[in-house]
Amino acid sequence: MIGLFTKIIQTGKRAEALGEAEHATELLGEQLGAAIRKKFQGSLAIREVDAGSCNGCELEIIAANNCYYDLERFGVHFVPSPRFADMLLVTGPVTRNMETALKMTYEATPNPKLVVAAGDCAINCGVFGKDHYAIAGSVADIIPVDAVIHGCPPTPTDIIRGILQAIEA
Amino acid sequence: MIHDANTWFAERLSDHGIVTSYLEDHHPAAMPCLQVRRLDWANVAEEARRHQMRFVSLWAAEAGAHDEKALYAYMAFAHPEHRHVLLRTDLNQNDPALQDIGRHYVAAVRMQRSLQDMFGIRVEGLADTRQWLKHEHWPDDAHPMRRDFPATTRMQESDGEYAFIRAEGDGVYEYPVGPVHAGIIEPGHFRFHAVGEKILNMEERLGYVHKGVEKRFEGLTAAEGVRLAGRISGDSTVAHAWAFCQACENAAYLELPAYAVTLRAILCERERMANHIGDIGAICNDGGFAFMHVQMQRLREEMARMHRDIFGHRLLMDLIVPGGVACRLSSETAAVLAEDSRRMAAEVEQLRSIYADHPSIQERVIGSGTVSVEDATSVGLLGYAGRASGVYADERVEEAYPPYDKLNVRVPRGEFGDVATRVWVRFEEVAESARLICELLQALPEGAERVEFNAPEAGISGFDAIEGWRGEIAAWVRFGRNGVIDRYAVRDPSEINWLGLELAVREVPVPDFPLNNKSFNCSYSGNDL
Repeated sequence: MIGLFTKIIQTGKRAEALGEAEHATELLGEQLGAAIRKKFQGSLAIREVDAGSCNGCELEIIAANNCYYDLERFGVHFVPSPRFADMLLVTGPVTRNMETALKMTYEATPNPKLVVAAGDCAINCGVFGKDHYAIAGSVADIIPVDAVIHGCPPTPTDIIRGILQAIEA
Repeated sequence: MIHDANTWFAERLSDHGIVTSYLEDHHPAAMPCLQVRRLDWANVAEEARRHQMRFVSLWAAEAGAHDEKALYAYMAFAHPEHRHVLLRTDLNQNDPALQDIGRHYVAAVRMQRSLQDMFGIRVEGLADTRQWLKHEHWPDDAHPMRRDFPATTRMQESDGEYAFIRAEGDGVYEYPVGPVHAGIIEPGHFRFHAVGEKILNMEERLGYVHKGVEKRFEGLTAAEGVRLAGRISGDSTVAHAWAFCQACENAAYLELPAYAVTLRAILCERERMANHIGDIGAICNDGGFAFMHVQMQRLREEMARMHRDIFGHRLLMDLIVPGGVACRLSSETAAVLAEDSRRMAAEVEQLRSIYADHPSIQERVIGSGTVSVEDATSVGLLGYAGRASGVYADERVEEAYPPYDKLNVRVPRGEFGDVATRVWVRFEEVAESARLICELLQALPEGAERVEFNAPEAGISGFDAIEGWRGEIAAWVRFGRNGVIDRYAVRDPSEINWLGLELAVREVPVPDFPLNNKSFNCSYSGNDL
């Protein structure tokens, strides 16, 4: 146990002002926190849906929750069910085999709700291409989309900026 | 790179009266492709099993540009000492049928189901004839990998129901999970049967992220294809890009400069470290040990930032290209990378002692989700899942492709096959990868990072096996006219290791399922293609 506490003290606090993370200047997190306090009473619940991604976007969304970015401190938390989510964060080109599941997840999310398409594939099917037997389309072809996040995959900072854009729009 | 032909398996088959002929248009000769009669197909698999060969993959391809009449089926096996061998047979195009090899190799069953789905090949005697990648809403006559099925087809909606395995009896209840899972992970469906809190059986239903990747490769040049290969499974982008490029380079008889292969290995070992580190944390998190999760995700993030600074991409995408790599290290960046790898290994080692001293996590991982050596051998589990259960196949040792031919890779050897052993293997591999990276960086060769890649003639095929962080990736490519790919068949280790998870969780309490799932961490995208 002593080793555990020593490691915690040695590691110190790694959470950083967002923006510093990618050498940008704006303090994204502050804005995000303020917007969430104002519009969501301090708590934004996000349901992540992989509708066909290669899992690269998932790695970066997980990274946005690590101690450097620490999204939770701004009131953002990823929830296990669409039933209590404010926002769907959708990745991947929507495959034919996920089309129904994505629609059902959207239906199960209570109104009002926001949808963010994260990553190039979610926006335009990326390298997998739109006109293809196994691909149903981009996210916007299947459900209404409020904001998009570019990148293959988008970095954690891009993801946080995209979430902010979606709630400020 | 031009090795002597590997005739070992052809000789074994000839001892049993099975006639084979060696295909000249396949490279490399050390991993030969043998043509066999359709009637001998199952016998060949039986012989392979008798000689304790490991099942590698099974796929099909319509004939290439050079002979337009046939539909071919392929299978590949590997022997620890006698390397890989491919077998090919031709099928009747109008009524394609193939003998079942699933009774010799259980891992072939799902691949045979995929052949039925994608090519319309009837597998005679197949124990499980349900559709696999093809979901119920696809029309019956849709076989997307056939040439008369255009890639742009919009399929009609169809009805149907998947016949899950049933369980009946007092107190047995059924528990469907997915395809949309509770965490930030990929989609797939698990059907649990449980009694009390113990899992009786877990059945996987995958294919949800089937993106038609193999069809998509048709008609791409190697330079275009590698971007797609790097996105077969995003967490294995380096290993998949390497497997694709080396298959193309083998087909084209292209030998790479030492600098290029060294850098590929450095990237691949960094990818291995990052994924193992992230997964160890996630396994501990599923066991309720948040401290390890936070620490490991911190290390993983630090690696991603290092990769962004040195290579320009946090996940190392698009750095491996046909003919070499698209990056160079200066002496300063090489020193920084070596120092970082050493530091990561040291921190992980320190965290490992904390993990080992923490009874509440040890109690969860020790003895949970055991796969016996016998089962693991029979399935042919790959990577860390195999190494935890007495199956030690590692292509860095067996195939020893450059630069591993000059290195002495130490493969951890576990036997107990539980979550704890899979975690132990991963800890060992982090340390070993760091050691390999430092060794490679210390003797960074001179020379070009890239040579020109020229596609081979139409009809030439190439094969290779690369040890990604999950295990062996087997890749086979065939070129068509005008230097474009006309078929790329790839087998991610997950296609085999998913079976290991089904075996592991029998008798495991339902709440320990996430722990076990994460200890395998199979790729959905790599499986579904």
